[in-house]
Amino acid sequence: MPPRVRAPQDIFEQKKTDMTPKTEAELAEMIAAANGPLRIKGGGTRPIGRTTGEELRTSSLSGISLYEPGALTIVAGAGTPLSDIEKTLAKENQRLAFEPMDHRPLLGTTGEPTLGGMAAANVSGPRRIAVGACRDFMLGVRRVDGAGTIIKNGGRVMKNVTGYDLVKLMTGAYGTLGVLTEVSLKVLPDVETMGTVMLHGLPDDRAIAALSTALGSPFEATGAAHFPKSKFGEPLTMIRVEGFEASVTYRAQKLRDLLNGYGDAEIAVGATEGPGSAEGWKWVRDAAAFADQPGDVWRVSVKPSEAAAIAARMSANAVQYDWGGGLIWALADAGHDLRGAIGPFDGHATLIRGIADVPVFQPEPPALATLTKGLRAKFDPRGILNPGIMT
Amino acid sequence: MEMPAPNASVLSRKDQIVARLKEVLPANSVISDESQTRAYECDALTAYKCPPLCAILPANTDEVSAALKVCHEMGVPVVPRGSGTSLAGGALPTADCVILGVAKMNGVIETNYADRYIKVQSGRTNLSVTGAVEAEGFFYAPDPSSQLACAIAGNIAMNSGGAHCLKYGVTTNNLMGVTMVMMDGTIVDVGGAHLDAAGLDVLGVICGSEGQLGVVTEATLRILHKPEGARPVLMGYDSAETAGQVVSDIIKAGILPVAIEYMDEMLIGVCEDFSGAGYPECEALLIVEVEGSEAEIDDQLARITNIAAKHNPVELREAQSPDEAARIWAGRKAAFSAIGKISDYMCLDGTIPVSSLPYVLKRIGEMSKHYGLGVGNVFHAGDGNMHPLILYDANKPGDLEICEEFGAEVLKLCVEVGGCLTGEHGVGIEKRDLMNVQYDPADLEAQMAIKDVFDPNWLLNAAKVFPLASSEPRRAA
Repeated sequence: MPPRVRAPQDIFEQKKTDMTPKTEAELAEMIAAANGPLRIKGGGTRPIGRTTGEELRTSSLSGISLYEPGALTIVAGAGTPLSDIEKTLAKENQRLAFEPMDHRPLLGTTGEPTLGGMAAANVSGPRRIAVGACRDFMLGVRRVDGAGTIIKNGGRVMKNVTGYDLVKLMTGAYGTLGVLTEVSLKVLPDVETMGTVMLHGLPDDRAIAALSTALGSPFEATGAAHFPKSKFGEPLTMIRVEGFEASVTYRAQKLRDLLNGYGDAEIAVGATEGPGSAEGWKWVRDAAAFADQPGDVWRVSVKPSEAAAIAARMSANAVQYDWGGGLIWALADAGHDLRGAIGPFDGHATLIRGIADVPVFQPEPPALATLTKGLRAKFDPRGILNPGIMT
Repeated sequence: MEMPAPNASVLSRKDQIVARLKEVLPANSVISDESQTRAYECDALTAYKCPPLCAILPANTDEVSAALKVCHEMGVPVVPRGSGTSLAGGALPTADCVILGVAKMNGVIETNYADRYIKVQSGRTNLSVTGAVEAEGFFYAPDPSSQLACAIAGNIAMNSGGAHCLKYGVTTNNLMGVTMVMMDGTIVDVGGAHLDAAGLDVLGVICGSEGQLGVVTEATLRILHKPEGARPVLMGYDSAETAGQVVSDIIKAGILPVAIEYMDEMLIGVCEDFSGAGYPECEALLIVEVEGSEAEIDDQLARITNIAAKHNPVELREAQSPDEAARIWAGRKAAFSAIGKISDYMCLDGTIPVSSLPYVLKRIGEMSKHYGLGVGNVFHAGDGNMHPLILYDANKPGDLEICEEFGAEVLKLCVEVGGCLTGEHGVGIEKRDLMNVQYDPADLEAQMAIKDVFDPNWLLNAAKVFPLASSEPRRAA
């Protein structure tokens, strides 16, 4: 995208309260001087959680400051568009291996997702099951806390146990413990090709058993999803393998043999269209099937072997499974208390889109809630950073 | 290394404290006799020793909770201890502390292959976690060199790594949940058999907190199916620069080996004498291991040796048999014991950006001359985690101090080039006073604020991690 040229009158109209800091130091001053709640905005593509306050934009804290392909490391400002990061990595045949989801189709948002927004929401995708989540690739963060103090943690090297790991604590904190200004990430080589092993017509519990078998094999599945009702009407179960072509073909065939008891598997290697292609996996990643459907959308993390039973208790209108069953996306009637319908379970449910009059995030058990309340009080004593967003 | 003076009031109440602990624990789980507490006087950083006030060996979460409640009420410092293999002094006692050992808590609570996790008590050793699942073809990935002895509790406290973490990650990437007892006895469950946190990633900050936030009694660990096979290739080069370039080229070619290990000339010789692995005589040796089926291994090794050959190796050799592969690894894995046979040594653990390797090795060589102490380097080259081993003579007065000064200079250099003080061993007491080199006061204050939330009275392992001057106001409060 070309840089936006600002018309002279635009500058003239710029109010003293414009909250788009150009440097970390400026951000620190703004937060220290703030006398009310601040709503932190990266690209504005992931409006998850409910909060209020004056908009504070990180868009000017942008730019890649370091990229060392041989060291698998990239460092950039929190406001850097994710597309810039991905383009830069692609030039060196590398990628963000945790496959961050693009929330725009599902949430009907526009704009450019940012690095900071991705980190603040710990956004991952189907490959999370194999390589880890966004938090597992975070090497370092700089942030400004609720008192306006600049704090760094971690760094730019892959192994670092120097002091407490606040990097993971900041990842997925939705800005409530500090506004991220800079993020260091571990990246991985991109792959030569991918293959998808597809099973048709399985009921949920059988499909998840098949996915568990695949994930519990030596063949390194990097995606494991199930659609009870696919685009084509019938249930579709998908397992992805990636790597060099000969290896992908070999492992796809091994998986087909291994899953023989679940029906005749179809294999697509290097497909450019259809469910077994990169587009198909993007569809899984973005929960795209629910994008144009009315209703509330829930994201539920569970123990995979309990997934089918939990999904059956949800009173949802449609579900799809990722992470070998460990992640359930559910589409429910607007306002439906899906968490209440499930009852107690090992896991957590987040209302990603919708109007249900319930906490957006899973309430924590009392002992843990005491700790997280204490942590928030330490890093945002005035309660001004995205207040209430994680409730 | 300075330690704070023991609390005289606690020392004077030893008998009452022991009596109270015996009320909540079986008598044989409370060790207070001075002839027996000596067994807990140090960990693997043996240069520092101090017998504790007493040691307790609770058998389950409830006993840990009851014992910590007593210590909390009586204002007694507690130092948690896994298997005592810390190289950083993480389990070093103070004279006024209760050592809480987790050794009796070594059971398997649940194995679940469909959901790919194992739940264990935290005193279980790293290798015996794999031992519990390997009959089904599974393993627990983090593999610190001490894995035969080290406990999961210590692995979690230090966020331990190992040779294979380039592919599999370190402890924090393989830890799904814990049951932890806080200093006041509160039991808190964090995470479990599902993925990711519901809210703040508290598990992420517990892992690597060096026993300062709570005592982890149970852990849910991710297990993986073993690969079909693995095979190392050995390559020798006549300069560190070239070896560093080979590592970078392999990674840039899109190949992600499971391990890339580096040894310098001194270590090559010592390890060869020890293991007879057939290492070549050269300045830099790389061991690169890949995994998969036979054909997949052949394919990856062909790509790797192709890159390696372009840089004029002194030696380039694939393991031709499982026995040869085992000997190639035996040499590397025996590095610490092999060097221990010829000298006392201090093992450093800084991490650097891989691109700085030649410069850092050159500077370490210069420092070695300056301080008059020998040094050997082993290195997890894929992730930049160095292990310089500085040789000294423990019987020669002043040698340890010179060695520590040398070590501190090396670690400062690691930070200077963009790295960190410790990649997998932890800060403990060893690197405590260097934390100011890596972090500003505000950064340290933020970390100490975390401890304030979990352990407001600073009773748990309080003399570690933070420079004593920084933590003093809190410890004294």
